[in-house]
Amino acid sequence: MSNWIEVGQLEEIPQQGARVVKTNDFNIAVFRTVNDEVFAVKDECPHKQGQLSQGIVHDKKVTCPLHNWTISLESGEALGPDEGCTNVFIAKVEGGMVTIDLG
Amino acid sequence: MKEKLVMIGNGMAGMRTIEELLKIAPDMYDITVFGDEPYGNYNRILLSPVLAGEKTIDDIMLNTIEWYEENNVKLHAGKRVTEINRISRTVTSEDGTVEDYDRLLIATGSQPFIIPVPGHDKEGVIAFRDIKDVDTMLDATRNYQHATVIGGGLLGLEAANGMMQHGMKVTVVHLGDTLMERQMDTVSGKMLKNSLEEKGMDFRMEAQTAEISGNGRVTGIKFADGTSIDTDLVVMAVGIRPNMQLAQQSGLHCERGIVVNDTMQTYDPRIYSVGECVQHRGNTYGLVAPLFEMAKVCANHLAQMGIGLYEGSVTSTKLKVTGIDLFSAGDFIGDNNTEEMVMQDATSGLYKKLVLKNNQLIGAVLYGDTKEGAWYFQLMRSGQDISDIRDKLLFGESHLGDSGHGGDHVAAMSDDAEICGCNGICKGDIVQAITKKGLFTLDEVRAHTKASASCGSCTGLVEQILESTLGSDYETPESKPMCKCTDHSHEQVREAIRKQHLTSIKDVRRALNWKTVDGCPSCRMSLNYYVQSAWHNEAQDDPQSRFINERAHANIQKNGKYSVIPRMWGGMTTPDELRAIANVAEKYEIKDVHLTGGQRIGLYGVEKEVLPEIWKDLNAAGMVSGHAYGKALRTVKTCVGKQWCRFGTQDSTALGIKLEEMTWASWMPHKFKLAVSGCPRNCAEATIKDFGVVCVDSGYELHIGGNGGIKVRATDLLCNVATEAEVMEYCGAFIQFYREDAHYLERTAPWVERVGFSRIEETVVKDEAKRKHYYERFLEAQKIAQVDPWQERATGGVAPHEFASIKIANV
Repeated sequence: MSNWIEVGQLEEIPQQGARVVKTNDFNIAVFRTVNDEVFAVKDECPHKQGQLSQGIVHDKKVTCPLHNWTISLESGEALGPDEGCTNVFIAKVEGGMVTIDLG
Repeated sequence: MKEKLVMIGNGMAGMRTIEELLKIAPDMYDITVFGDEPYGNYNRILLSPVLAGEKTIDDIMLNTIEWYEENNVKLHAGKRVTEINRISRTVTSEDGTVEDYDRLLIATGSQPFIIPVPGHDKEGVIAFRDIKDVDTMLDATRNYQHATVIGGGLLGLEAANGMMQHGMKVTVVHLGDTLMERQMDTVSGKMLKNSLEEKGMDFRMEAQTAEISGNGRVTGIKFADGTSIDTDLVVMAVGIRPNMQLAQQSGLHCERGIVVNDTMQTYDPRIYSVGECVQHRGNTYGLVAPLFEMAKVCANHLAQMGIGLYEGSVTSTKLKVTGIDLFSAGDFIGDNNTEEMVMQDATSGLYKKLVLKNNQLIGAVLYGDTKEGAWYFQLMRSGQDISDIRDKLLFGESHLGDSGHGGDHVAAMSDDAEICGCNGICKGDIVQAITKKGLFTLDEVRAHTKASASCGSCTGLVEQILESTLGSDYETPESKPMCKCTDHSHEQVREAIRKQHLTSIKDVRRALNWKTVDGCPSCRMSLNYYVQSAWHNEAQDDPQSRFINERAHANIQKNGKYSVIPRMWGGMTTPDELRAIANVAEKYEIKDVHLTGGQRIGLYGVEKEVLPEIWKDLNAAGMVSGHAYGKALRTVKTCVGKQWCRFGTQDSTALGIKLEEMTWASWMPHKFKLAVSGCPRNCAEATIKDFGVVCVDSGYELHIGGNGGIKVRATDLLCNVATEAEVMEYCGAFIQFYREDAHYLERTAPWVERVGFSRIEETVVKDEAKRKHYYERFLEAQKIAQVDPWQERATGGVAPHEFASIKIANV
């Protein structure tokens, strides 16, 4: 089942940055990479629930501001020797509008 | 179609090259590896602890057979390559297996030298090189009594010690009069011999082996002087010879080893070679650290990122015999142009010898206490001028005014001793990670254990653990690259930014061939600082390359909320300011109000979205950002001075306010704290600040490089001045010099120790023109920097997206 919602215009998210979508249960961080790809993951680091939306975005990865874990935006998984995973949502851009699938 | 890379030799140097290559160019080659031994790749340098029964073979495996499968590397284990055909570009092994190559890597290592005396081929005469030799020795310990090791070098003594641990009677036969003469001078060699004799080892010094006797199996050794001894096993450990026959047969130029250039290519540019089999600039190497440096350069070139050059290595050695601490590095003998420093205490079994040339450390031998080995080695490799620390050099780093870590000796610590207090990591955890996971560098230990990855104060201890676990063979990079995205050091990058007029992070990455798409958090933050520091008129700030605290102008807390700390100039406040803070705390239901160490008031637990509103209220009461969140000027702490205090000599409070007005809103390599004390009683604790002023009757003492945090360091006295105007000038000049010279995230305390106090004194005190130049540059940069970031965001329309969510979805 898919449940697509519109998030906003691509321009509203800074390159190498993120914005937050609030839902009733949790927050989703929507990222825009240096090459204008978009990704959406649950805004919680698998380590100590740091807000990934506040991290530094590099390549298709984000580094959590609390303890420097690096999370893949594609898989939601912690990289390197760290282990853990956060939920990933499918995201796309059409005609400048960013949409994500809440599933 | 991918190119084919074939590697001959499945040892440490070769596999390190493959691993480095997979890290930077994972999909570039189809990789095939031939290995003689029927195993994966193991850590050969840890064979001694295996022999001594301190580790098992499983403990020392680096790449298991499964690793090759997981990484799509084809492994021919147990197949010896017999031919390289450079015309058809194929290699052939004993059993007829043929593989084509586009590039070939020869990493055949070395073989032990067997002295060709009569009887050298008898049963029971072996070398100490691989798992098979260890097995033979272990068998012998069960069935025989007496073993002899020929060769009193590093490897020979480790073998002798290992067999002695199993209860054998061991004699070491040595040709020279000093044990380990390639690593030890006569004095330390004697001390070593004494300790080993106390442990029960026998020695035959200056003894030349003439014949190995026995009928089928060895039973004894005859020496050139006619004497002889009985023995059941002979281990020859008299040196290694590069394995180069295969290369020679294929027509590659070889001398003492396979000759390679600085990019690790042989005379055939398709064929590379690394490890103990090569000869580079006339040298061959038998230790692991240089081999790893070669591996890095070779992988870089194979990945066509041809910027790294191997320029040779300084090596260090540590004997892996439990209970004996010995370290040596560089030129420890010296000549007519060198100076020596020696400390010797025969009763305690301590010996230290340092060799100096042109105010640089070029060699060291340590016996009995080796905890400073890593530091000396670092000094040797960095070529640091040691004139400033000369009087303390012999006593070690822990005598450089450091009352924090450093006094402990890691080898003597128990496994449950806590090393990293931030992450709760014990010595045992680190040792286990190093051996089980095959770690060699500080970075790897940080990634796997988190030890020293937070505040970094235990870095020295972790390096010592690496050293004592791996012996000599851990890696200390010569000039440390800024981060994994580049091979350039901080200095090289800053110089390029200045010389090539690079004004953005993107320009730097392009000009210096960054390896990653858009950097990593570490280099992004550094570069953002460096370009603005060099080009404050032109470079634009990149908020996405700032840590969240600096992007949001507030400190993120563990639960995602923020703190707000307004500026209180010189630690002074007023009833109106206090009222405004109280109003804000009530209005926004801020529960925690805390007094900071820098004489400020902090409000904790604020939602990010309301930050601009709070700032607006505080602005209205005349308060601005306190920059408590930034690598920036934090606070100027003062005492009340002669205004109130009966001991006060100058108006320290007013001076503190003036200093804060001059310096606020300046970005720095790291946080920066000032203090002004009104008299030498020093109530403002000025002597543990980055820049401290202590007022005296005749004027002002200026102090620099203090730190009250991780590692307590008292300041160095820079100079005395007579007027407030001079205080301002020296302070501004010092800050600007620090801003333009230090590495990003380097506080003044380690910076002063790294560059040396005299260099700072030269620039800021002795050279008036330089001082004025730096002071003016500081004031000029401050004209642009001194804007309240809170006001810009509360009412100026800057970065509204930072504080609001993009959407609230009712699902």
